Amino acid sequence: MSYFRAENLSLHFGGLKAVDAVSFAVEKGEILSIIGPNGAGKSSIFNLISRIYPPTSGKIFFEDQDITEQPAYDIAKLGIARTFQNIELFENATVLSNLLVGRHRHSTTQLWQELLFLPSVRASEKVHRRRVEQVIEFLDLEPYRDKLISGLPYGVRKVIELARALCSEPKLILLDEPSSGLNVEETDDMSFWIRDMRSELGITVLMVEHDMTLVNRVSDRVIALNYGRVLAMGSPADVQQHPDVVAAYLGA
Amino acid sequence: MRFLFKTDYEDDIKLFPHSGYVFSYGLLLALLLIAPHVLSSYLMSQLVFVCIYATVGVGLLILTGFTGQASLGHAAFLAIGAYTAAYLQQFNVPFPVYFLAAGLLTGVVGALVGFPALRLQGIYLVIATISFAFIVEEILARWESVTHGNEGMRVKTLYFLGTAVPRDGPTFYYLCLAVLVLTIVGSLNLLRSPTGRAFVAIRDSETAARSMGINVSLYKVKSFAISAAITGFAGALFAHKLSFISPEMFTLQLSIEFIIVILIGGTFSLHGAVLGAIFLVMIDPFLTYLKDDMPGVIAGLAATLGAGQERAAHIQNSVAAFASANGLKGAIYGIIIVLFVLFEPLGLYGRWLKIKLFFQLFPLYKRATFKRQKIYVKSERNR
Repeated sequence: MSYFRAENLSLHFGGLKAVDAVSFAVEKGEILSIIGPNGAGKSSIFNLISRIYPPTSGKIFFEDQDITEQPAYDIAKLGIARTFQNIELFENATVLSNLLVGRHRHSTTQLWQELLFLPSVRASEKVHRRRVEQVIEFLDLEPYRDKLISGLPYGVRKVIELARALCSEPKLILLDEPSSGLNVEETDDMSFWIRDMRSELGITVLMVEHDMTLVNRVSDRVIALNYGRVLAMGSPADVQQHPDVVAAYLGA
Repeated sequence: MRFLFKTDYEDDIKLFPHSGYVFSYGLLLALLLIAPHVLSSYLMSQLVFVCIYATVGVGLLILTGFTGQASLGHAAFLAIGAYTAAYLQQFNVPFPVYFLAAGLLTGVVGALVGFPALRLQGIYLVIATISFAFIVEEILARWESVTHGNEGMRVKTLYFLGTAVPRDGPTFYYLCLAVLVLTIVGSLNLLRSPTGRAFVAIRDSETAARSMGINVSLYKVKSFAISAAITGFAGALFAHKLSFISPEMFTLQLSIEFIIVILIGGTFSLHGAVLGAIFLVMIDPFLTYLKDDMPGVIAGLAATLGAGQERAAHIQNSVAAFASANGLKGAIYGIIIVLFVLFEPLGLYGRWLKIKLFFQLFPLYKRATFKRQKIYVKSERNR
């Protein structure tokens, strides 16, 4: 059985088929990219996985467990973290508290313990803080710890969102256009980090991306979508040669 | 200017970042402790109201400032706390018991209000909480067997550990101060824990909060419950301070006053609740002074400018009529809110931070430091 599996996943808005009977599988330790023109349904698939939308039909399996009916907040508890295409950070909080929110799925303290800030809370806060510090080191975010998000540039926010997802110590991470809005150098950094996430942290990566250089550099396999349907699946080179994919991008 | 060198994770957790804070808050506490021996009984009474309003302000800040859920129903929570205390006191229940009961019962009601509020946002939530406040007001007026309806309830002197604590004595002030300090410390503890961060996360992006594993509905209900419970505790003290409570004391105007407390104080820090409470409680004697003395002063001014005796008297009368017009206070409050939202959105505490920074950086302070930025990347599609 595959590590993560989507079976006949569909999302219809009235007559519009945003996602139409899409099936794919992700193996453990794989980096899988989803490509396709604008409006192909890439982000919708992510929103289905993280349960922002309920699917019209189809099923999603993670570690052989059916997660189609799980509430959205449980998805993170299972070990699936995500980033957003348009950056959804907590604007009026510091970088540190943003990253600590990423630790939420590991928090075990009760409300009354927190009100008194018992030694157990203090101890667990320090454990969280240490984990966050490791992520900060991994992504070179040291200069920004106490800065408010609202004052930071776009490129840094992008990295912080990745950091927040990593703080939850996910098994599977969903990256929605990790390189959008980044310059060439920042995109280079991003590709190193994505590969390091797999090799050092053992995280499986599912990624939506437009930048083909980045896709070629990091992905093991690529899925091409158009109008909510899978056009091609396979190695990056094969998918880019596929006649349907060429037609979708360049016109028939 | 002071540079903080953090060498331990403890530095990010502790309540006082450095010794300067310990000194200034220690000094403030010492001043507050000797206040009853120095200040007049009128000012002491105002100080007790500051403590009670600030406690409510802290409760409202947790809900509105940190969780981002607006409420115009906090007068109702205050009423529930006050009536619970007054009702239980009739049966000779000891103070600690009915004080706790007032907080807990209000907390439960708060959680119940939180459930329907889960599906509402922004202005709709405000309307829902207003309706809740009206419902409570009506129940208080109609449920005569418990609340004595519009006749109101007399609240007897507080007995704590067998000794009487008169409502205008120093002990009652210390009690209110202790409740305020404990509320602030508890809230600060909460805000530096996972729960507090979850509140802030919900305020800034519900979608992201959910995808980070936060059960948004549960935490909203928690926030409502905590906020209401704190207000309930304040309500028990409020009942004792007034010694008489009736439904028309807990109207929409009171809820608006609480909103003023946090808007004027500043919604991003608990300091705001205290500063806002001081402002609101102290503006009342100021308005009374204006109302009583303004007509005379203006008439005097008119007389010196050459208006005749009759004309001056006429001016005095019309100014007096204007000053005692119905609803003038509400209008003044409204104007204050508008002015603060337009010109000082960070509130009094924000202004204090700016002044502090000005002196720390002197002469390098730049006005643009606090200029509000336009943010173009925010998306609200996935609400």
